[in-house]
Amino acid sequence: MAEDQVIVGLEVHCQLDTKSKLFCGCSTDYRDDGPNTHVCPVCLGLPGAMPSINKRSIEYAMKVAKALNCTVLHESEFSRKNYFYPDLDKAYQITQYDKPLAEGGYLEIESDEGGERRIQLTRIHVEEDPGRLVHMGNAERGKYSLVDYNRAGIPLIEIVSEPDMRSPKEARKFLNKLRATLEYLNVFDSDKEGSLRVDANISIKGNERVEVKNITSYKGVEKALTYEVTRQKNLIRRGQQIERETRHFIESTGITQSSRSKEQEHDYRYFPEPDLRPMQVQSWVDGIVLPELPDARRERFISQYGCSLNHARTLTGELKLANFFETVVAADPKELSALAATWIADTLIGELNYRGMSLDRVDAAGITELMGILRNGTITDKSGIEVLRVMLDQRLNNEPVETPAAIITRLNLGKTTGDNTAIISAIEEAITENPKALEDYRAGKGGALNFLVGQVMKKTRGKADPGELNRMLVEALKKREA
Amino acid sequence: MESHELTFEPDDRYNAFLAVCKKAPYGKGKLSGIAVAVKDNISTRGIETTCASKILKGYIPPYDAHAVELLRHAGAAIVGKTNMDEFGMGTTTENSAFGPTLNPCDTGRVPGGSSGGSAAAVAGNMVRMALGTDTGGSIRCPAAFCGIVGMKPTYGRVSRYGLIAYANSLEQIGPMARNVSDVSSLLQVIAGKDRHDSTTYDRPYTHTPVSGIKGLKIGLPQEYFGEGVDPRVAGVVKNAIGRLEELGATTVSCSIPSMKFALAAYYVTCACEASSNLARFDGVRYGPGADSKKSWHESFKEVRRAGFGAEVRRRIMLGTFALSSGYYGKYYAKAQVARENVKADFARIFSEVDLIAGPTMPSIAFKLGEKSDPLSMYLSDILTVPANLAGIPAISVPCGKVDTMPVGLQIMGRHFDDERVIDAAYAYEQAVN
Amino acid sequence: MVTEKDVEHIAELADIGINTGELDTFTHQFNAILDYFDVLDLVNGDTTISRDLINTMREDVVEPSLPREEVLKNAAAQEDGFIKAPRVM
Repeated sequence: MAEDQVIVGLEVHCQLDTKSKLFCGCSTDYRDDGPNTHVCPVCLGLPGAMPSINKRSIEYAMKVAKALNCTVLHESEFSRKNYFYPDLDKAYQITQYDKPLAEGGYLEIESDEGGERRIQLTRIHVEEDPGRLVHMGNAERGKYSLVDYNRAGIPLIEIVSEPDMRSPKEARKFLNKLRATLEYLNVFDSDKEGSLRVDANISIKGNERVEVKNITSYKGVEKALTYEVTRQKNLIRRGQQIERETRHFIESTGITQSSRSKEQEHDYRYFPEPDLRPMQVQSWVDGIVLPELPDARRERFISQYGCSLNHARTLTGELKLANFFETVVAADPKELSALAATWIADTLIGELNYRGMSLDRVDAAGITELMGILRNGTITDKSGIEVLRVMLDQRLNNEPVETPAAIITRLNLGKTTGDNTAIISAIEEAITENPKALEDYRAGKGGALNFLVGQVMKKTRGKADPGELNRMLVEALKKREA
Repeated sequence: MESHELTFEPDDRYNAFLAVCKKAPYGKGKLSGIAVAVKDNISTRGIETTCASKILKGYIPPYDAHAVELLRHAGAAIVGKTNMDEFGMGTTTENSAFGPTLNPCDTGRVPGGSSGGSAAAVAGNMVRMALGTDTGGSIRCPAAFCGIVGMKPTYGRVSRYGLIAYANSLEQIGPMARNVSDVSSLLQVIAGKDRHDSTTYDRPYTHTPVSGIKGLKIGLPQEYFGEGVDPRVAGVVKNAIGRLEELGATTVSCSIPSMKFALAAYYVTCACEASSNLARFDGVRYGPGADSKKSWHESFKEVRRAGFGAEVRRRIMLGTFALSSGYYGKYYAKAQVARENVKADFARIFSEVDLIAGPTMPSIAFKLGEKSDPLSMYLSDILTVPANLAGIPAISVPCGKVDTMPVGLQIMGRHFDDERVIDAAYAYEQAVN
Repeated sequence: MVTEKDVEHIAELADIGINTGELDTFTHQFNAILDYFDVLDLVNGDTTISRDLINTMREDVVEPSLPREEVLKNAAAQEDGFIKAPRVM
């Protein structure tokens, strides 16, 4: 380990995608509704109300535990974590303390050097989400808070890793891999706002560790940790001590900020929740059938579709993307796989990111058709990109989306095979207009040929097949020499 | 469903009620038209429920406790909410924010607690039946002090859903009435599994009392007749047990060694659980509002200082201390082990006897203001807390008087042997009446 | 033996207001009660807690929530469907 080795451990909170809350029957589908519309005596913490465990939450958490190679404990139980905050309706959070659902386990990620790295896990436990606080008012007119308890009681799992990550980038890879695994397990919906939250512990070897809280996005993790690495290394360089503290990540500015005011000493006074009975669910593990997980699917993409490791990794890194790829090539895997892997993993993802567009909005049938056309070689790759862009833009602007064939016809993007007269005359024009290039070519300067290809492309508006054009141009130049 | 109305305008000279429903609706069923009073820590939809605390003044629950729902289904008329020690913390009903309840047998004395209002309402003939709650004797103590019958069912037999928690692992809702038959009828209605209370068992109670005690073996723990127990009370109870022997029961002396730490285990456990349970009263979602100009912690602290009485704050602080880092092992964890010892002692005794009997309380009802020191008040719970720690059923039935004040005979049984406990109490009651 | 300072600390931890006049009495009572609790030191070992009821769970079924007016009815202050609380920052 290098002297300034970065050490990162993560605590990841994920909302489980159940229908009802962890301890009551209120619906978890609250995001489109007004505040305090999905609450009952239990999740509002009304006096006398009692929790009852949602079995599916435990089953989902166990599915995750099995997929992450954890050991489900013989007996686990819920405990109360006592602290006072207005969004915590009962003034304690029902969570798990000394008897979590599962311990141990690991998740494999691609290391910065390229190989696989095993990140060990400490534990997985189940707990309830608190409500949501909105800070209001200002210094002059008085500040106050508004509370919405719709989120209170949503089931969460907390996955705690060992301090096994060595860079902010690895931390992000861990999160991405974790997200993919949870999605494959069908227990988590990463599209839901706030469905994943991360606390990170980060230190530089030999120094105190800092806890960074309040990271609510995948990109945020890498950003927050990169900021911290720089901050901590700078302090060390200046000979200063790193303070053991909790810092908050400010998403908008990308920096972390010390939560200096220790409002109160933290002593959570955990004790077993007396209103719930212990769980002995170890025997359920055998009955859990796991779906194909990201690693297995990646290997299958390599063997079944001949994908490169990188393409397979990208395509299987998100459940939707992997499903999309398989839908696109389903009609003719043999002919379409190689082409689709490149087009989806490289081109499509880039175009979607550029537009901030979700894959959900892309019609797989249109992409299949486009792949077929490209496979037949009737348009150039450049035209293919143009067709793709038109399709995406039409969808983005909620216009009627044309088929690739229609776009090709409308924009006259068909390759000019068969009738070469247009290209031949363009070549003649280009040579005649650029005597200097002809001279250079004759003098053996390699750049001249590329220049002329560019000129011809311009004249034919990109319809010429580059390979074919090259061949024809060389032929024409030879003729002039003769 | 509740298509009828009962007019209820009691002469509440004992301050038994905190809220009265002058026109109490009722429906058809087993308890149709019977006036039932409900202790004020049990949630009643649409009726103010305060736990006799200022901190819940004005709180109107939007839901019924499960036991109340069952009462309504059985046609009972819920006629009011009864006074109690604030959140159930007390043995006298003097710790009410709304003034003490008086003992109908002697208004210079306390009715016992914490279900003193329910006991006084029954003993004072204002209602035929009442619901109380028993965390460490809170049904049996006032039943004994006021000369009525009161029962703590087996833990898990009656749903606690809607009972405003003081000490979840110990308390049960239970019936109070002037005779064993009514106690039994009320238990029939409220017992059974409730999906909202994960600690309930599927053990409905469908029993009708029969006077049969012949051939049963009764254990008499020496701790229930020794030091700290008023010899006159012990004498009255021994006479009552003599009547049971005349009816064909045999008795055997036994011992509960764990009683030496039972009371400490009880108070540690209930203080710990209470410190957590009572933190939700922050004036945000219900109860008198928080001062919005103050910061959260300042406001929270102020709401609690102003809203809770001294005994409640004392127990919250005790519990906070006993759960805090460094003390959990010495107090809470040890108390749970002590509880297991109490359970083990009862299991051992019950392998040889069918019932255990002794006094309910070590003395007759205290004079108002007599128990001003908290510890001496705690000590008076010594004979009732073992049943709560072990989760077993226990009943108090009137068995005579000392100085014109009633004395209660306590009968305890095995887990889910509530039927036998009721039958024994019924046999005694039938024999003496 | 707890001191008045300890009691103040516990009151702080419990976030419960204590009147200055009460401190002396509370400390005195605390010590008497804690002395009494010392009897727990006589309890041996860590007996395993008996388990006779495990895995009580409910199915994942949505049930109606409370109407919002019922939710807000008991709150001292509200704004746009939210419940108003003191500032936390």
